[in-house]
This record gives sequence, C-alpha cells and structure tokens, in this order.
Amino acid sequence: MAEADHVRTPILEVEDLTLRFGSITAAERETVIVYPGELVGIVGPNGAGKTTFLNLITGYLRPERGKIRFWGQDVVGLSPHQITALGVGRSFQIPQLFLTLTVRENVLVALATREERWADLRRPLHEPARVQAADEVLVQFGLLAQADRPAGELPEGGRKLLDVAMAFALRPRLLLMDEPTSGVSAREKFQVMDTLVQVLREAGVTALFVEHDMEVVRRYATRVLVLSNGRILADGVPAEVLDDPEVRLAVTGRH
Amino acid sequence: MKSVSRLGWAGLVGVLVLAGWLLPRWLVFLLALALAKGVAVLSVVVLMRAGLVSFGQGLFFAAAAYAAGFAMRWGVRETLLLVPWSVGVAVLVGALAGLLVARYRDIFFAMLTLALSMVLYGILIKAYGVTGGSDGIRIPTPTLLGVQFSGEGARLVVYYLAVAATVVAAWTMGRYDRSPAGYLAQAVRDNELRVAYLGAPVPRVVYLGFLLSSGLAGLGGVLTALNVGHVDPGLSYWTTSGELVFIAVLGGTGSVMGPLAGAVVYELIRSYAFKYAPYAWQMMLGAAMLLIILFLPGGLWSPVERLWRRQTT
Repeated sequence: MAEADHVRTPILEVEDLTLRFGSITAAERETVIVYPGELVGIVGPNGAGKTTFLNLITGYLRPERGKIRFWGQDVVGLSPHQITALGVGRSFQIPQLFLTLTVRENVLVALATREERWADLRRPLHEPARVQAADEVLVQFGLLAQADRPAGELPEGGRKLLDVAMAFALRPRLLLMDEPTSGVSAREKFQVMDTLVQVLREAGVTALFVEHDMEVVRRYATRVLVLSNGRILADGVPAEVLDDPEVRLAVTGRH
Repeated sequence: MKSVSRLGWAGLVGVLVLAGWLLPRWLVFLLALALAKGVAVLSVVVLMRAGLVSFGQGLFFAAAAYAAGFAMRWGVRETLLLVPWSVGVAVLVGALAGLLVARYRDIFFAMLTLALSMVLYGILIKAYGVTGGSDGIRIPTPTLLGVQFSGEGARLVVYYLAVAATVVAAWTMGRYDRSPAGYLAQAVRDNELRVAYLGAPVPRVVYLGFLLSSGLAGLGGVLTALNVGHVDPGLSYWTTSGELVFIAVLGGTGSVMGPLAGAVVYELIRSYAFKYAPYAWQMMLGAAMLLIILFLPGGLWSPVERLWRRQTT
C-alpha cells in the first residue's frame, strides 16, 4: 500500500491553505493530498468551511496563504474558468443550470465550451456528433427522457443530476460536488448517489463531495475528511473516522 | 424543418423584391428605411441574447453613417466599397468600446453604452470644421458597380441594397443564434457563474456578441445614410438608440423576423400617425406599445413564432 502510494502521482495537493474573513476562520492550515481514483467525502457542521474549501480549489476565492496543485501544477491565482479548463469540474449545492435552455442544450453548451472553437459561427450547437455525445451523457445520468424539456421544469432530483452531468460532460479529471443529495428526497437519495458513483467509477473520475448525510458518506466514500472551523479534524477511512467519538461530537453535536 | 424555413425565407425575399416593383414609390422608400432600421434593431437583439440592453447603439449607427459621409467627401462613391468600409469602422469602434463595456451588466451596461454614444454625439456637434456640426454631411447618390443612377432608379438601387443587406444580416444572426457562441450568450444571461465553471471565458462571449452587434448597427447606419442622403449628429443621440430598443420590444426579441417585422410596422404607424395626427403621433406610438405589452408581451411576431413551433414539433 505504502509502495503504491509512493508510485502514484497525487491529482490534488493542498498545503497549508489559509483564509480568514475578518474574525471568521474559513480555512486554517488545511493540508490534503488526493490520489487518482479516490472518492472523498467531506463532512462537517454548518459553517465548517466545506463549500469554502471547494471555492478555494476552483479559484472562486483566493487563499491568503498556502498552495494548491492540480497534477503538480500550481493553480493559486487562476480564475474559475482557467482552473475548469485544466480539468477540474464542479457541481453546486443549489443546481446552477441554464433554466431557459432545454436539458439537452445545457449539456451541449457544456460540451461546446470544452472545444476551442466555440466562437466559430459556421457550425451549429446541435451538430450531430455533439448531440450524440450529449445524449450519451444524458443516458448515463438517466435524463434522456427529459432531454427536450426546459431545465427549469425538472424536479429537484433531476436538477441535481443535470448539474453534475454538465460538470461531468467536461470530462474532468477531478470532480468536486457540493452536496449532490441535498434537497433530494430521502427516497431518491440513494438512487441519485448510485447513479453518480457508477458514472464516476466507469469514467475513472476522481471526486470530492461535500455531504451532510453520514449514511451516504459511509456507503459511497472511500475516504472521508472532517472539517470543523476551517480545520481538518480527521482524515481517513469512513468506518474508522465516522465512529470516532470526537468526530461524532464535532459533526452532529452528539456522542 | 430546415426546408420549411428556407421556403419561408425565399418567399419573404420574393415579396420584398416584388414590393420594389409594385408598391408606390413613397412606400418603397419607407420600406427601405424600415429595413435599415430593422437591421439595426437586430443589433439590439443580439445583445439581448446575453441579457444586455444597450441604449447606445446610436454610437455604431452614427459611426458607420459618418464613415460613409467622409468617404463620399473623399471621393469614394461606390456602394460596394462604402458599405464594407462603413461597417468596418463601426466594428472597429465596437472593438474598442467593447473592451470597456463587456465587463458590465444590467443598468451599468445600459448607461455606459448610452454615455459612449452621447460622447460621439458631442464630438459630432462640436467638431464643426470636420463634421459640419448640427448641419451634418450630405450624402450624394452612390454608384453601383460604377454605374451612376439618378432619381427613381437611384431610389430602387438603395432599396434593393437594403433588401440584400437585410438578408445577409438575418442570415448572420440566424447563424449566431444556432452557434455555440449564441447559446453561450443565452447561458451567460441565465447563469454567468455557471458559464465560468464550464471553463468558458465569459467576457469573451460577451465581447463577441458586442462585435457582431456593432457590425449590424453599423450596417443599419450606412443603409440609413444612403437612404436619407444626409447624416447628422441626431443619429448618435440617445433617442435614436432608444427607438431601436423600442422597436425590438415591439417586434419581439425571440426570433430574427420579429425585429424586422417590428421595424416595418413601426415605420408604417409612425408615418400614418404623423400624417393624420401630426401633433399626437408619439402618443399613437405609445398607445401601440401599450397594446403590444398588454396583449402580445412576446412582441408582434410572437403568435407567428408559436404557430411555427407547433408546426415543427
């Protein structure tokens, strides 16, 4: 195991990451190394800095101190669109969709941005090859039946899936998901996660996901990070970390 | 679907060509003016795709019109040189202005574009020695392929030029609407943050739309100049820009045909209202707008669009 770690190149290295908003500590000396193929759950109480962590990695916020390297490349100071173009996808807690476009068009736009020639007026968005690629993504996420509906008409579970599907369509090497199951009914929750995890495994995408539901983390994550007050409280295998009394207290407020 | 729309376009061009032949001269002149304005209205609609409302399209409208005026003064009379030159000047102005305004949104974008057009207005008024001040510049009848037309013939040449330009403008706009860049503009309108998180440079998406918009406004401007035979600073005044926004809302912004139909209807209402109620024509236009907003909020063309969609799906 140790030897395997030695050989593998980390996909994401976060070192000494620090950011404060006035007296609030959003991130305090966070250090994490993520290897390809991992599915890392991020847990912690409200205000622990989970979304801030994603915002820092994707360039939406700039750290005061610390390093962020994506496959060895320093990305601090780059804008979200530059970091995305390097291969870091991101989905959102509240789905960020193009509500007046159809479900298929949402994915088509995502696919088109991956190409250099989006400014070429000679080719339509709905090129047959691109539509086929979009429909393949929609099939994977179980959204093909809704392809021609405006994204604004999708139910919450569908919106969540489409939000991830758009990030996934970019073929990221690292995917960051902010609460992929929040707002999804308890009944749909595991269904949504089953779909996501299966798609990610098949595509070999490394992922970090923020999650409130401990059952979801236990079931799907290969590793869990516990954040509290901007600090990394624990980092390890879910079964061990989540049973730690100190972690339970920090995350749920109960023993 | 494609063949239907092609048929529609062919029919429209046929009607416009026939109109030049059959309609009374004053109506042909009015139609030419309306088409020129319609092309400029398309320039407003391009920006609306990205959720931006420009109250300063007069900047490009006037820049191109004056570019034609100066070229005429320098002795260039050939239409096929004048039009590309004038549109080129408008796009150049757009390329510079876009560097500044492409980062702004909402009311800030609207006010900045308005301010820039008023700066040009001020220059055109004050630089009397060069621009003729409020008198403007006379535009003599241009030549076409070196042939000098006069009277009726000249009018018709300008009309058919407007028809050709409208077709080119509408085709370009249609292309843009269907292209990734056009959809990205709509995506920027819907959710700018997400566009950035898809790895697309938002300012460049807006800038591209702005360039196209300045070119279309410029095309409308040079056509207007050739039609009217005269340019004056009023072309860059904010009411000119406001009129284009007015027509966009009147005609409907959802399609390419809406703005063109809106421009024709607008010119008809205006000239008839002016003829029969010279002191109340603005009120008539206001009333027309009120009716549209109340009963056809999608614009004049929206019922046709709806029919079209039902046919094709």
